[in-house]
Amino acid sequence: MAFDYSNYLRMEKMPTLWCWGCGDGVILKAVIRAIDKMGWKQDDVCVVSGIGCSGRFSSYVDFNTIHTTHGRTVAYATGVKLANPDKHVICVAGDGDALAIGGNHTIHGCRRNIDLNMIVINNFIYGLTNSQTSPTTPRGMWTVSQKAGNIDPTFNACDLALGAGASFVGRETVIDPKKLERLLVKGFSHKGFSFMEVLSNCHINLGRKNKMASAMENLDWIDSITMGKMKFEKLEEKDKMNFLPTGVLKEDNESKEYCEMYKEIQDVHQGKRAKITQNDFDKKI
Amino acid sequence: MTTREMISTGNELAALAAIDAGCKFFGGYPLTPSSEIMHSLSDMLPEVGGVAIQMEDEIASVCSVIGAAMSGKRALTATSGPGLSLKAENLGLAQMAEVPIVCIDVMRGGPSTGLPTRVAQGDVSQAKHPSHGDYKSITICAGSLAECYTQTARAFNLADRFMQPVFVLLDETLGHMHGRAVIPTAEQTYNEIKGRKQFDGKPEEYFPYGVAQDEPAILNTMFKGYRYHFTGLHHDKHGFPTEEMNTCKLLIERLFNKVEAHEDELEAYEEYMLEDADVMIVAYGSVSLAVKEAIRHLRKENIKVGLFRPITLWPSPAIKIKEYTDKIPKILCVELNMGQYFHEIQRVSSRLDIEGLFKVNGRPISPHEIVDKVKEL
Repeated sequence: MAFDYSNYLRMEKMPTLWCWGCGDGVILKAVIRAIDKMGWKQDDVCVVSGIGCSGRFSSYVDFNTIHTTHGRTVAYATGVKLANPDKHVICVAGDGDALAIGGNHTIHGCRRNIDLNMIVINNFIYGLTNSQTSPTTPRGMWTVSQKAGNIDPTFNACDLALGAGASFVGRETVIDPKKLERLLVKGFSHKGFSFMEVLSNCHINLGRKNKMASAMENLDWIDSITMGKMKFEKLEEKDKMNFLPTGVLKEDNESKEYCEMYKEIQDVHQGKRAKITQNDFDKKI
Repeated sequence: MTTREMISTGNELAALAAIDAGCKFFGGYPLTPSSEIMHSLSDMLPEVGGVAIQMEDEIASVCSVIGAAMSGKRALTATSGPGLSLKAENLGLAQMAEVPIVCIDVMRGGPSTGLPTRVAQGDVSQAKHPSHGDYKSITICAGSLAECYTQTARAFNLADRFMQPVFVLLDETLGHMHGRAVIPTAEQTYNEIKGRKQFDGKPEEYFPYGVAQDEPAILNTMFKGYRYHFTGLHHDKHGFPTEEMNTCKLLIERLFNKVEAHEDELEAYEEYMLEDADVMIVAYGSVSLAVKEAIRHLRKENIKVGLFRPITLWPSPAIKIKEYTDKIPKILCVELNMGQYFHEIQRVSSRLDIEGLFKVNGRPISPHEIVDKVKEL
């Protein structure tokens, strides 16, 4: 039997404002299926989004939802989660949100290892505002703010999350919704900061001017730049730079989660345990 | 006993007030001269099961506080001028989405990095309107050590009543002043807590923003079965984005009206020796302490001077100010800025002969400077 999404959607908000063929709808559905698999009650879930096409995500799903300012999803979500550690908080951000204007919050969310589920929808462009260069726009592509061709080096979102200390990092695309759903379930199950990058198409505002004007052409291009992690690892170093590995790139279940750590702080101040010292940590610097 | 005596600083008293008023979340970033509020709360909040977190920047700190407040907690951030500038955009979201938070600003010399460790009152205009767009800000200003406590506690109740950020202005002098204060007991403050209104009907009949034109939104605590939407966009009664022109108009008018229609609940001021005054000094914050000292000197010389001290700065106690400016011949505004409240007094009084004594070198105004100025009038 086909999955019934209507329980999780604000049906009166349908259809979405996303363009025909946009990958964001695939992600919306995968997130809903993953939440359903997790068995989370709708009342116990908070979805926080930023600004851009991905920002509208929160208004379509029937959870406790927050549509924040540009780039600040992780900062808002940190407040929600720390004040309600037993609830499930999902951040949905775009590439501009997570890597440009809100880069600092992404870095520090990863570093704190707070139990947030951060989904970064990377469509390689500022789509909603008509094709400006994003931190992930490939060099040489046309953008409305760099019509002569983009010269800005690209950000590798997962590498950033790995460097900043996220305990779960993964990447999938909208081409294979089943794989995406599996990644989301793994990320949601993980205790700690789960950073999940999803490569999506924007054939309207990236594709049209870059020889991939249909959703299929745009998806073919995404397919051509991605490769399963195992296959990617076998590549020679010089060949790796033109591919993005997909799958679970890191899963560390040993790192302490921030809300649990904060509980220790509360215990210290309530006289339930001794002060925290360097001896409490294996990694000291 | 409903009061107690403390020896403490203004910043620490403000932190204590937050605890007693039921604050459960603090998000901050180090910023002189406000940092002691974070230092105190990082000890006190975990003790009562709350959270104090030092975020990665000023923007993140106010966002985390708004997030905690959206979920239903009483939440606080503290900063100084440069931090208020950085927080501005998200304070605008809290105004738009009607999220009650308290923001303490311990004022220092500006603009820009200014005079980090020295006193000023340069954020009075900014606290009236930190971000873009139209709304009515609520700003209160403590004038003594005791008021660092009482006004902070009051701010939490006002935030929940009006469902918007409430700014508490301290200044470097008050924040760092160490002395005796008689303040309400913790129990007294606790008993005076008036939490935010909650809807307890059926979820399908719940419209968080569907309220009368002079009332704030009714935002239920998150995770309790009333699922709704927060946004900084113009929104309908459900909280969902809309561009429908009449809805947009009514929303912004309501953000104004909910404050304007209930200004009597916000009005707070002190009148000091004004009954027979020929000269009225308008001052607020730590400056008012020097003004009172000056008035006592001047009175000894039979110069009839009094003080009008607004405690709620925005909205200003306009009717009361006008009442005095209509009958008192000489009016003098004393401020540690270039006249940010002076212009409000001019506006309210419709008088252009109001005098000002402004000091912007990072030093407090001493009573003798005020005495000299009054004698010149």
